[in-house]
Amino acid sequence: MVEAKRVFAGIIVALLAGGVHAQQPRPYDLGQPASPAQIKGWDIDVRPDGAGLPPGQGSAVQGQVVFAAECAACHGAQGHGGLADTLVGGFGTLASAKPIRTVGSYWPYATTLYDYIHRAMPFNVPQSLSPDQVYAVSAYILYLNHIIPQNEVLDKTTLPAVKMPNRNGFITRDPRPDVP
Amino acid sequence: MADPKYETQAVTGGDDTPSPRRSGRRNFVSTAAALGAAALALPSRAKADALNVAVLPPDIPPWTTQQGTPILTPPYGVPSAFEKKVVRHPHSRGVFRSEASSVTPLQDLHGVITPAGLHFERYHAGVPQIDPTLHRLIVHGQVERPLVFTMQDLLRFPSVSRTYFLECSGNTPGWTKGNPNATVADTHGLLSCSEWTGIPLAALLTEVGVLSSAHWVLAEGADAAAMTRSFPIEKAFDDALLAYAQNGEMLRPEQGYPLRLFLPGFEGNMSVKWLRRLKLGDEPFESREETSKYTDLMQDGRARQFTFVMEAKSVITSPSGGQHLDGPGFYEIRGIAWSGRGRITHAEISTDGGRSWKNAQLQEPVLAKCLTRFTLPWHWDGKPAVLQSRVRDETGYWQPTHAELVAARGLNSGYHYNGIHSWNVGADGAVTNDG
Ligand code: HEC
Repeated sequence: MVEAKRVFAGIIVALLAGGVHAQQPRPYDLGQPASPAQIKGWDIDVRPDGAGLPPGQGSAVQGQVVFAAECAACHGAQGHGGLADTLVGGFGTLASAKPIRTVGSYWPYATTLYDYIHRAMPFNVPQSLSPDQVYAVSAYILYLNHIIPQNEVLDKTTLPAVKMPNRNGFITRDPRPDVP
Repeated sequence: MADPKYETQAVTGGDDTPSPRRSGRRNFVSTAAALGAAALALPSRAKADALNVAVLPPDIPPWTTQQGTPILTPPYGVPSAFEKKVVRHPHSRGVFRSEASSVTPLQDLHGVITPAGLHFERYHAGVPQIDPTLHRLIVHGQVERPLVFTMQDLLRFPSVSRTYFLECSGNTPGWTKGNPNATVADTHGLLSCSEWTGIPLAALLTEVGVLSSAHWVLAEGADAAAMTRSFPIEKAFDDALLAYAQNGEMLRPEQGYPLRLFLPGFEGNMSVKWLRRLKLGDEPFESREETSKYTDLMQDGRARQFTFVMEAKSVITSPSGGQHLDGPGFYEIRGIAWSGRGRITHAEISTDGGRSWKNAQLQEPVLAKCLTRFTLPWHWDGKPAVLQSRVRDETGYWQPTHAELVAARGLNSGYHYNGIHSWNVGADGAVTNDG
């Protein structure tokens, strides 16, 4: 069944690749074309290669101000000790009995920080920050984790280049190591 | 006859011939256990006495001599007033009420279908109240024609109904381990099972035309978390659904009304609710929920990522933590089993902590990626017992022991715990959690 569906998908893909896609029939002809403007409003994901990052920039210097106003109430002034998730520290704890997983100790990609803060934070008013504010507050969290210097300016080119300490800490093969 | 447990039979209309042989103490399983602890508290005899109404045979109860409530009270039916205690409970006491989860009261349920109102909940930014006429799904990325769909459009697609379990990969959390008071709702309640109706995702993808460069699909919710997960496109062409209905009615708001993704057998978080966007891409999207969360830390400090499948697992729901056996005698041991890889083929039960095992009966129909009930008749001798279940799925995989899991993954893994579970039965009949 899975195979059959893959073959089916393969045929579609082959047809498209063959250049007949403009005439490729829509089996049900349901839905409307999504315009670039419609897509742009909702297309907010940011990938590790930087795809999806908007123009704009910010450093930890500006980020400190944003963080104090928008984030510290829940996450603590220095990104720890608040009611919500600890964002700072935990280095060297991942193999210990009490692992502390934070942006600094655990997250493999700095781009995920932009993606997540923009889509979901501040918790009480998500999607309210400007791109400059999101870059700045991301820089501040990375700075608190000693990953970038205080004056480093993050933008759509420099953010994807930030090397996260736990970048190589994830295994994707070995899907079933728990089979006795 | 002073035993209040006995009286619950009359309240629920059970067969209750007051013969000496059935003086109440042996009827626990057939009635009171099924009704749950709540029912045990019903002071039916006291109530009847207070009302000065004789309701038990040979007397005739008032509900037999009067008209019942009229039709459509209420228009949308609700459970009996005697079942008020059968509700969801918070899974953990979070600080933020909208970033929270609640558990299904498995100990009070029968069969394999979870009533929609008892389906476990997990959300990261509360339950959005979405007007279905204003809901849109955009499908774009590595596709031939990006399209936007209304709910009306989606309801016109060919539909399928499939019965599948949904389990949060955080089910059976560490805090319940060694907590004697934990119930099966605490230990396994981030698990439910429903009939889901919707569109095969494969059909929708033929509408947009998948480019050969597309290997992963990003799913995004319309809630205030804009929840995002990505999954391999193979799943889209296998059995992924865009579900709009659950157990015959439109989805409940807390289950993603009006539209959710449903990835059978995969960890619950991936079946993104309030689905507003699907984007096809060449690689995983590495969202926060597939990096910071839902990754399984191993002993060496590295983490397993993309551990999607919920492996074979089972638990005994009766007798289970918090219940009470009413003296030696006959009991039916009842449990549920499931596997994200297909059908359950074997279930076994031990009453001696895993030293010996007996085959349990699987209740038909046995469906892939669906809860399967199993049962075993048991005569309790009144001595302490340790009840366990273990199951095998069609891939030949046996549910592991706790020790096997810890050996393979250490103690920090957090997600995907599927170890064999133990309930202690004390000589007094009290059933407690042994983890
Ligand atoms: C009203 C409280 C609140 C405010 C204000 C808030 N957050 Fe959060 N934050 C949370 C909660 C709660 C979570 C966990 C959400 C979840 O798990 O779904 C969270 C999670 C996060 C995470 C993910 C942590 C992890 O390790 O996965 C980051 C990063 C974050 N917040 C950054 C911010 C930033 C930056 C701001 C300010 C712009 C901010 N937050 C403002 C409550 C808040």
